[in-house]
Amino acid sequence: MPIRVQEGDFDISAEIAGLRRGDPRVGAVVSFLGTVRDMNDGSSVKGMTLEHYPGMTEKALQDILDQAKARWDIYQSLVIHRVGPLLPEDQIVMVAVTSAHRGEAFAACEFIMDYLKTAAPFWKKENTPEGGRWVDARVTDETAMSRWEKK
Amino acid sequence: MKLELKFFASLREALKVSEEKITIPDSVKTIADLRIHLSQRGGTWAEVLANGKSLRCALNHQMVDPSTPLQEGAEVAFFPPVTGG
Repeated sequence: MPIRVQEGDFDISAEIAGLRRGDPRVGAVVSFLGTVRDMNDGSSVKGMTLEHYPGMTEKALQDILDQAKARWDIYQSLVIHRVGPLLPEDQIVMVAVTSAHRGEAFAACEFIMDYLKTAAPFWKKENTPEGGRWVDARVTDETAMSRWEKK
Repeated sequence: MKLELKFFASLREALKVSEEKITIPDSVKTIADLRIHLSQRGGTWAEVLANGKSLRCALNHQMVDPSTPLQEGAEVAFFPPVTGG
């Protein structure tokens, strides 16, 4: 499945191997891995809980992959996003894209991540020494997304 | 018109409700109307749904603008700007 929302961890090497297996057209694989930091907005983060909107999340992610596929000459794409409780250093999200050449794969992978950040219904609640706090959306994420609207 | 409402993240916590079935009067036609209608419940509802608060809305799992018309039986979700990834 090109879209997975799950509580459990994932093996990025195995996922990438699976994505390109049996497809000798592939000459480039670009992947992104997002992980939990132990610091955000000046507070130490002991852990976080990721909430999502079951039903909409999967559709939003599929829509993002469909748009990437329509825009760039890519073969396969994959998004895995974890939900539930996570600790610093844990893996949160991975995106991987295969293509004949690196240019298309780099662009599509970055587009998918930028789009995911602003359009997929996930929310992080951090556990800090001051208590639980919902993470605020970043203006920089909107800016990153808007770059793709010009083309 | 009958709708199914959903609330997520900080909204869900503040309102202490994650989902609700409601019947709205005919005068409530758009997402923006619905937001005003719900905020008229007062208290936390007025606070959380106040104009100027950064909110997102989805109609049947699609992110939509406030001017979007409501549909009979639709699932309407309110939530803060997303922070995944």
